[in-house]
Amino acid sequence: MSTLEWEARLGPEGRRGAAKAAPRRTHSRLTDPLFRWFVTACGAAVAVAMVALSAVLIASSWRAITTLGLEPLRTIPWSPTGGEYGALTSLFGTFVTTVIAMVIAVPLALAIALLLVEVVHPALGRVVGTTIEMLAAIPSIIFGMWGIFVIVPLMQQYVQPWIQATPLGRLGLFSGPPLGIGVFTAGVVLALMVLPFITAVSRDVLKMVPTVVKEAGYGMGSTTFEVMSKISARYALTGIAGAVFLGLGRALGETMAVTFLIGSDFNTLPRSLFDPGTSISSTLANTFNEATDPLHVSALVELGLILFLITMVFQLVAQLWLARARRMSGTRA
Amino acid sequence: MSAPARNDTAGAARDVGAAIAAKPMRARSVARRRLVDRLVTGSAWAAASLGVFIMGWIVVTVVVRGAGAINWAFFTELPPGPGGEGGGLANCIVGTLVITGVAAAMGIPVGFFGAVYLAEFGRTGRVATAIRTITNVVLGVPSIIAGMFAFAILVRPLQHYSGFAGSFALAFIMLPVMTRTAEDVLNLVPNDLREAALAIGAPRWRATLGVVVRSARGGLITGTILAVVRVSGETAPLLFTALSSPYWMDSLFGSGGFFGGPTANLTKTVYDYATSPYGNWQNLAWGGALLIIVAVLGMNVLARLLFQRGKEWH
Amino acid sequence: MALTMNEITQTRAMIAPPRVEDVAAGHRVAEDFDALPSRISVRGLDFFYGKEQALFNNDLEIKEKRVTAVIGPSGCGKSTHIRAYNRIYELYRDHRARGEIWFDGRDILQPGTDVLDLRRRIGMIFQKPSPFPMTVFDNVAYGLRLHFKLSRGELGDRVEDALRRAALWDEVKHKLKEPGLALSGGQQQRLSIARAVAVEPEVILMDEPCSAIDPVATAKIEELIEELKSTYTIVIVTHNMQQAARVSDYTAFFYEGYVVEFDATSQIFGNPQEKRTEDYITGRFS
Repeated sequence: MSTLEWEARLGPEGRRGAAKAAPRRTHSRLTDPLFRWFVTACGAAVAVAMVALSAVLIASSWRAITTLGLEPLRTIPWSPTGGEYGALTSLFGTFVTTVIAMVIAVPLALAIALLLVEVVHPALGRVVGTTIEMLAAIPSIIFGMWGIFVIVPLMQQYVQPWIQATPLGRLGLFSGPPLGIGVFTAGVVLALMVLPFITAVSRDVLKMVPTVVKEAGYGMGSTTFEVMSKISARYALTGIAGAVFLGLGRALGETMAVTFLIGSDFNTLPRSLFDPGTSISSTLANTFNEATDPLHVSALVELGLILFLITMVFQLVAQLWLARARRMSGTRA
Repeated sequence: MSAPARNDTAGAARDVGAAIAAKPMRARSVARRRLVDRLVTGSAWAAASLGVFIMGWIVVTVVVRGAGAINWAFFTELPPGPGGEGGGLANCIVGTLVITGVAAAMGIPVGFFGAVYLAEFGRTGRVATAIRTITNVVLGVPSIIAGMFAFAILVRPLQHYSGFAGSFALAFIMLPVMTRTAEDVLNLVPNDLREAALAIGAPRWRATLGVVVRSARGGLITGTILAVVRVSGETAPLLFTALSSPYWMDSLFGSGGFFGGPTANLTKTVYDYATSPYGNWQNLAWGGALLIIVAVLGMNVLARLLFQRGKEWH
Repeated sequence: MALTMNEITQTRAMIAPPRVEDVAAGHRVAEDFDALPSRISVRGLDFFYGKEQALFNNDLEIKEKRVTAVIGPSGCGKSTHIRAYNRIYELYRDHRARGEIWFDGRDILQPGTDVLDLRRRIGMIFQKPSPFPMTVFDNVAYGLRLHFKLSRGELGDRVEDALRRAALWDEVKHKLKEPGLALSGGQQQRLSIARAVAVEPEVILMDEPCSAIDPVATAKIEELIEELKSTYTIVIVTHNMQQAARVSDYTAFFYEGYVVEFDATSQIFGNPQEKRTEDYITGRFS
């Protein structure tokens, strides 16, 4: 059958469906089903890996779950050698650093996305966009090293004392000795790591807003900010939410930079942002290799399981929202 | 509405019309609106500049502090003991190459063929969509959890750390990255090409591999480079798997071997040395950091350039 | 003067299209062009897309409370021309206009112009109905909230008034909280009109407002234009000559960026002075 006949048979509609409706009679009997089976298996590999990971985490933390019950989630002292498994500090630290990071990163990311979509010259936009994307490529350990050798002294000598000198310093939130390391610094550096992801996804989502709608907004006499905030943002809301959740997931799981900067205090809940603390991932990084007691190891795996579950939930929600955003912009076109 | 509801539409219209005519509108301040617009745009510029500035700051810091450590010895000698002088990270460099290479050998092909599945057989359909979602979700698994996975499967049962366990963890991370990137690239190949290949009687596997993949070659290479590069800078997955070692890899299965024991690598060593109290070790750590950042950013830029050039050919 | 549904349907059938000159002849004639006040006066307008010039020395007078149609083959610059009136082209980096456009005693192409207020006073309806991603009510209220300080009651009244003027109120009065995108194409376009008239403009620009909607909805909008012109000055770009003949009082014929002829509609369609106009009207090219 010539290509022309084939096209005639397909008709105008068929072109798109052709990949699915391949003519069966031209495949070789043995290798084609084998090929299909093979690639399907490869595709399924990721699902298998996911299931295996979940199973392993649950199995390995089972001992701790059954022995300790809810104690790790409620109590504080974490000294496994003394039989105490209060993981509240780890949970709290993960939570606080993530919140700080998101509070700083989200507005900055949206502002930069606005800039890249509406305001700048395309060439400059490409440069800025690429630089921000490069920021995403910098490995976590580099952020950690830069953080501890460059940012921490700055925090300790200038930034933190300065904040304490302002009216903000009277808040308990900023009290305590300016150590440089601690929850605050970890959160700030984490913000820098998360920023490029949120920016990139937000920018893609904002680009999907149809030009006519934006022109209609400008045509009514709106300023750039008004079009962005009242029209584009509303249009892209689901997608932006997805972007934020993606960033959240990344912030929660971040290990190396946080470990360098958070101060590794397992036993006191930080009362001030300038206090040291710990996060789930840095507790794991710092103590996993030294754990010998099976219950200790299991408790650490349990922490890992908690982290895994939290990040998975955020990932799934982000995926849902991003898929919805893509669908909605498709039907609106 | 302030006008009472009525069935008499003309009357209702008159009421509303009259209510409006009675009250001319008060204008909002244009100057204020323009000011807000300018402030927000200004902050956006500030934010973007901050981002670029931070990027530059990090790169400059690493270059300045690491350049001093880079010399011939850095690439040829073993690390010194704690507090010792001189030495290099030669074994770490080799180790990272080996670990990443093995990880790529495992993760790239599986990821690639998984993408082939999604792009060629799974355009629609619930199974394919489920796999796509799972791929995206696995992308978000924290890298330290990947390390934990490898620990549970390969370290604990065998009772020893190994470079191979590290490769496994890295492969786990690489897999969804490769699948996603490759699928995007394969989807760009126009359907006409597939139809033409099938129409001349090529079996499905040959049409796919020979024609589709070949035309997507540039993008696939870029995707591979990006996946490998992303993984080569990771530290967390190696913390409980490959650890690191101050010696050369001396065998495959012996206690100093790739499958038998801890394997030297750049990232874990940099972490250990940077957090140590020894000046020489910290110096070496900066050198390692410089090497890492040059490799990662350099490969990224290279991949982008290749991708741009590849796009022009389509 | 409005045509009945039957006649419009027949026109659409295009089996034997009525001659545009017959249609146009039904319009009001014989008024003194120069005595009428001009809302917008265009003098020597040039327009550039980057290095490429798209409009050449356009002169036009848009008369108050009349409908002026802008016709011509595709690519002749008609949309480009009216987009200069509200300076919407400024969104794009390399689009440039040169010349004078006089509105309310000022040349609005000058840098000191308050563009935000200009765009309130010269409203625009686009080819593709583009409701904002909000409720019907909020769509109409958008401009009101943007430019004015109004109490809740006033806002409600003005939204209702605008929807009535756009002949949409009865259809949407129970749907005010529904998303604007849930309306049909024709309704969405009337929603855009309501949105524009809510802020009390003086001029309404319509850039091929009916090309993306069905014939019945088109008829409704043409009726609407007839009503609106007693309050607003309307400029309508259209590639449909029948439509231009039906709704407009004055027509400008554009060709390759030049204003070839501008006159009363009945004259353009019944007695064109330029050969190119005549060729276009009689369908020798389109």
